[in-house]
Amino acid sequence: MDLILQGLGEAASRLVSLDPDVREATSAALAVSGIATALSVATGVPAGAWLGLSRFRGRKLLLSLVNTGMGLPPVVVGLFVAVLVWRSGPFGGLDWYCTRQAMVAAQYLLAAPTVVGLTAIAIQAIDPMLHLQLSALGATRIQMLGILVREARLPILTAAMAGFGAVISEIGASLMVGCNIKGDTRILTTAIALDTSKGEFGSAFALAFILLLLVFAVNAVTTWAQQRRRPL
Amino acid sequence: MIRAFVLLLICALVACDPPAQRSVDRPEVLLATTTSFQDSGLLDVLSADFQKRTPYRLRATAVGTGAALAIGARGDADVVFVHAPNEELAYMQQGNGDRRLLVMHNDFVLVGPPADPAHVRGKNVFDALRAIAASQATFISRGDKSGTDIFEKNLWKQTGIAPAGSWYVEAATGMGQTLTITSEKRAYTLSDRGTFLVRQGQIEVQILVQRDPPLINVYHVITVNPRKFPKVNAAGANAFADYLVSAETQRLIASFGVEKYGEPLFFPDAGKSDADVR
Repeated sequence: MDLILQGLGEAASRLVSLDPDVREATSAALAVSGIATALSVATGVPAGAWLGLSRFRGRKLLLSLVNTGMGLPPVVVGLFVAVLVWRSGPFGGLDWYCTRQAMVAAQYLLAAPTVVGLTAIAIQAIDPMLHLQLSALGATRIQMLGILVREARLPILTAAMAGFGAVISEIGASLMVGCNIKGDTRILTTAIALDTSKGEFGSAFALAFILLLLVFAVNAVTTWAQQRRRPL
Repeated sequence: MIRAFVLLLICALVACDPPAQRSVDRPEVLLATTTSFQDSGLLDVLSADFQKRTPYRLRATAVGTGAALAIGARGDADVVFVHAPNEELAYMQQGNGDRRLLVMHNDFVLVGPPADPAHVRGKNVFDALRAIAASQATFISRGDKSGTDIFEKNLWKQTGIAPAGSWYVEAATGMGQTLTITSEKRAYTLSDRGTFLVRQGQIEVQILVQRDPPLINVYHVITVNPRKFPKVNAAGANAFADYLVSAETQRLIASFGVEKYGEPLFFPDAGKSDADVR
């Protein structure tokens, strides 16, 4: 019990004084997961919209693959990305092992299927009559995609937030490809694990509190988006 | 560009040494090392100091000694820093290493519950392990092919006992976590002294066997052989190896942890032979 109280006390002082270790881990986590999420939105929303709209043979198979991707175990992604970016691996020339780039790549693979899958569902949920009306008005395919994505922007925001929420609290892949280097690839989750094994519970609690706050913020935005009345 | 040129010219005229930030082709040095090096906090300190004093930056991955040597044996790291002499010699014989230098040592301690149900306190390490096996007291093994794990398995081999059964638990985790498990289960384990000192305040296990010659734990730095793996950053690896055995770094190692724990966690050994340390 002493340990918990002592840890909480130290956590509070580290948060108030904006301890440099805590600050570094937070900004690294935001940078890596932010870029990974941005990339998965930039590629995943068009891909999801296309999947939601088109009709072709094998589409269901593709969708179920994407849905499987939503549940990809982070350690499996970490293993694959590590093997790829080791010097002896096919992308060894990039020299990405133990860098933020490798972490972004791994987190992208984790977030993108979620964004693609949820975007496809959101686009499909739009009234099919709008579709018909748009084509009757002579919209090109690209224009149609744009309008439908705008129409489904709140569910797509939810998709982005779900992707971000998954990668910000992920540890397996980031640890395996990023190596947990202080001031560089040490993010909130990997710092918490290291501090716990070093017995520095105060610092671990402080980081855990920030992580919880971030996850809460993500969920607050998602809830707000879902509960807001849909625009006409 | 012009400014750099002028600076260079001035330097040439007054024959000054360029500052530490002089550029090198490949500043990133990839190190594969052990968890005890990271868990003790020494890795972060040396990494920051290395970056300050040389033009290189360290990218370190902390795995077990077994995994670190495997990474080196594929040429996936530039330099390894490990503590399992027999495995290191095998690694050198396979032509995977270039230079192998003695850096420091600490020692292992056998820790257990204060009540000491197996009565190992004060025994030598082999008798202590035999007593634990005989009384089937719970023993937590790292079980992760780390240097500590390899060391522990060697000790068992020397006692002639093959530890197995429900009393012998393989935790498959780092040293800090293993000590927590040992404390929670009121069990015995083998720990490096450094990690034990770091965790001491938070766990309810004590040192029961120590200062026994078979318990010396030696750390070597090995640069990965650039003739076998042309992609490695040989200059960077050599810079890190030279850094570890330099007089200033050796002083830094000797003083690390003294202020916080009242005694040093590691003892510098650069320039000595393995026989001197034993």
